[in-house]
Amino acid sequence: MKNRGGQPVVVPAGSPGPTGSGQPAAATKKSLSASIAKFRELGLLAFIVILAVGVQFRNTSFLTWENLNDIATNTAILSILAVGMMLVIITRGIDLSIGATLALSGMIAALTVKEYPGLNPYVAVLLGVGIGIACGAVLGFLVSKINILPIIATLGMMNVFRGLTYEASGGKWVSAHQMPESFKAIATGKVLGINNLIFIAILIYIVAYYFVNHTRTGRQIYAVGSNPESAEVSGIKSGRILWLVYTIMGGLSGLAGVLWVAKFASAQGDTASGYELSVIAACVLGGVSIAGGSGKISGIILGSVLLGILNNALPMIDVSPFWQNWIQGMIILVAVLINAMVKRGIDRNNLMRRRI
Amino acid sequence: MEPRLLENKKEFSLKGFFMQWEWMLVLLFVAMTIMNVNLSEFYWNFDNLRDATMSFLDKAFIVLPMVFIIILGDIDISVGSIVALSSVIMADLYNHGVPMPLAMVICLAVGTLCGFINGLLIVKFKELSAVIVTLSTMIIYRGIAYILLKDQAAGKFPDWFNFLGWDYVGGIPFILIVFAVFAVGFWYLLHKTTFGRKVYAMGSNITASRFSGIQTDRVKIIVFTLAGLMSAVTALFLTSRMGSTRPNIATGYELDVIAMVVLGGISTSGGKGRMIGAILAIFLIGYLRYGLGLVNVSAQTLLIIIGLLLIFAVAVPQLKRVRSKR
Repeated sequence: MKNRGGQPVVVPAGSPGPTGSGQPAAATKKSLSASIAKFRELGLLAFIVILAVGVQFRNTSFLTWENLNDIATNTAILSILAVGMMLVIITRGIDLSIGATLALSGMIAALTVKEYPGLNPYVAVLLGVGIGIACGAVLGFLVSKINILPIIATLGMMNVFRGLTYEASGGKWVSAHQMPESFKAIATGKVLGINNLIFIAILIYIVAYYFVNHTRTGRQIYAVGSNPESAEVSGIKSGRILWLVYTIMGGLSGLAGVLWVAKFASAQGDTASGYELSVIAACVLGGVSIAGGSGKISGIILGSVLLGILNNALPMIDVSPFWQNWIQGMIILVAVLINAMVKRGIDRNNLMRRRI
Repeated sequence: MEPRLLENKKEFSLKGFFMQWEWMLVLLFVAMTIMNVNLSEFYWNFDNLRDATMSFLDKAFIVLPMVFIIILGDIDISVGSIVALSSVIMADLYNHGVPMPLAMVICLAVGTLCGFINGLLIVKFKELSAVIVTLSTMIIYRGIAYILLKDQAAGKFPDWFNFLGWDYVGGIPFILIVFAVFAVGFWYLLHKTTFGRKVYAMGSNITASRFSGIQTDRVKIIVFTLAGLMSAVTALFLTSRMGSTRPNIATGYELDVIAMVVLGGISTSGGKGRMIGAILAIFLIGYLRYGLGLVNVSAQTLLIIIGLLLIFAVAVPQLKRVRSKR
C-alpha cells in the first residue's frame, strides 16, 4: 500500500473538515478489500484446510492417503476442464456445451474401442481429443466469425452435441464388459507411481501455466478479455484468439470425455449432463472474473480442489445428496458476489490513489 | 416562429413491410405445415391440432416476459428451475393439508419472489452479468426443490385441478384462452405503454436511458419479477397436465423458451424485436415438434433440430449485419 504512508500528510492539508474526517475511515475499508484480493488464494487455501480439519473431526477416514488419492483422481477431470473454461471466461465468454462435448467424444471413443478392441488406447484418446477440437472449432466459428453471443451459441450446440451422442449410440449404453482392458487402463494405469489422470492433469497445468503467462498468444487472451476494442486497435486478431480459446476448450473436453468414460467404464447418452456448472463453479471460486480479463492458474487449481473436497466430504459427513445441488449453487453465488465486492474495493482504491 | 416538425411515422413502404422477419416466420410456418401434412395423414385434423396446442403451450407463458428480458439485452436461464420450485412447493403444501387454492396462490408468490431475487441481484451487482446470476439461482432454486421432495413425486391433486391443463371452454382449450389473454396483455405492455418504450430504450443504450431519467433498476426488477410470475403460471398448467410433480420437472425449459424468443426475431444484443414474432415462433416450434413426433422422429433428433434452429435464427441477422458493414 504505497499511498498509506503519504495519506496523512496530504489529506488533512488539502481537504476541509467534513470530507477530511470521512476519508481515513473509508481508506481503511478500501485497503481491507484490496488485501482480500491480494490474499484470495491464501484465503481459499485456509478455507480448504479448515474444511478438511472440520470433516476430519466428524469422520476420521477423511484424511487418509487412500481417500486423498480418491479426491485427487476425482478432481483431475474437473480441473482439466477448468483450464479451458478459464480461458473462455477470460475472453468474456462462457461455454455451456462442454458436458455435451465430453459425452459425445467419450461415446464415440467408447463405440470405437467396442468395435475394435485391439485398438491402441492412445488412438482412442487422440480420437476423443479430435472430436472435441472439432466441436470446439464449430463453436469458435459461431462466436468469432458470426458474432453469436457465447451463451446462445453454446446453448444451441449443447443440444446438437447431446442429440448426436444419442444418435451415435442409438440410445444404448456402452458398458464395462464391452470395453477392452487396455482402454479402461487409461484411467487406472500409473506413470511414475502417480495415477494417469492426476499425471495428465499436472501436465496440462504446467503447459497451461507456461502458455498463459509466458507466451504472446497467452497474454493476448487476457488483452482481448480486458478490453476487446483496444486489443483490436493494438493489432491483436481477437477473432482468431476467440476461435483458439473455444477450440482449446473443445479439445480439453474431448480429452476429459475419454478419461471420464475410461474411469467410470461406461458411456451413456446423458454422461456429464450439467457438469459444465461444476466447472464454471470451480473457475468462479478460483477468482476468475466473469467480466473477463482476469483469472489465474493457481486460482482454478484451488477452486477445483475445493469443489472436489466438497463433493467427497459431504457424503462422508452424512449430508444428504439432495442438499448438494443447493450447496453448490450457493457457493457459486457467494463466490461471485464476493468477487464483485472485492473488485469494487479495488476500483475504489485505484480511484483514491489517482486523486492523491 | 415555425415549430420544428419531427417526423414520427416512418413512411410506409411495401418492400419494407414484407422484408420483415415476421413474414419469414409466416413463410416458415406455411412450409412447415405443408411438410407436416405430407409426412402424416393425421396432422391436418382439427381435434389433433387443438390437443397438440394444449401440450406445448405451457412454456409459452415464459416466452412473453423473456421477450422483455432479451430486448433488455439480458438473459434468464433460471426459469425452468423456478417452474420446478414453485410446482414442488405447491404440491408439497397441498400434500401437507394446505387447501389447493391457497397452494396455487403460494405457487404464484414463490415464482414471483424467485424472479424478484434474480432482478434484485442483477441490479445490485451490475458488474455481474445476468448469465452468471441466473446460472447460480438456477442451481439454487432446483436445489431447494430437491431438498423438499428428494427424488419423490408429489401429486394426488383434487379432480378440479385437472381443468387447467386438460379442459375446454366452448370447444377452445382453457390454456389457449389464458395464453391469448396474457399474450395480448404483454403485447400491449411492450408496444403501447411507456414501460415498453423504456425497455426498448434500455436495450439500445442503458447509460443513455439512465441519464434521460428512466429508473433503469426498477424496470429491470419488474421485468425479471414478471418472468418469475409467468414461470409460476407455467408451473400451474404443467403440473395440472402432468398430474404430479418432481424436482426434475421442466428441465431444459430455459433453452426452449430462449430458442422461441430468438427465433421470433428478438435480437440477443438487445433493443430489437417484436412480441408477434415470438408468438409466431411458439406455434412454429410447437407444431413442428408435434408433426415430427407423429412420424416418430425421436426426441433426440428433435433436440438437434431445435439447437440448429436456434443457431440459424441468431446467425441470419448477424450475417446480414456483417455484410452491411462491408
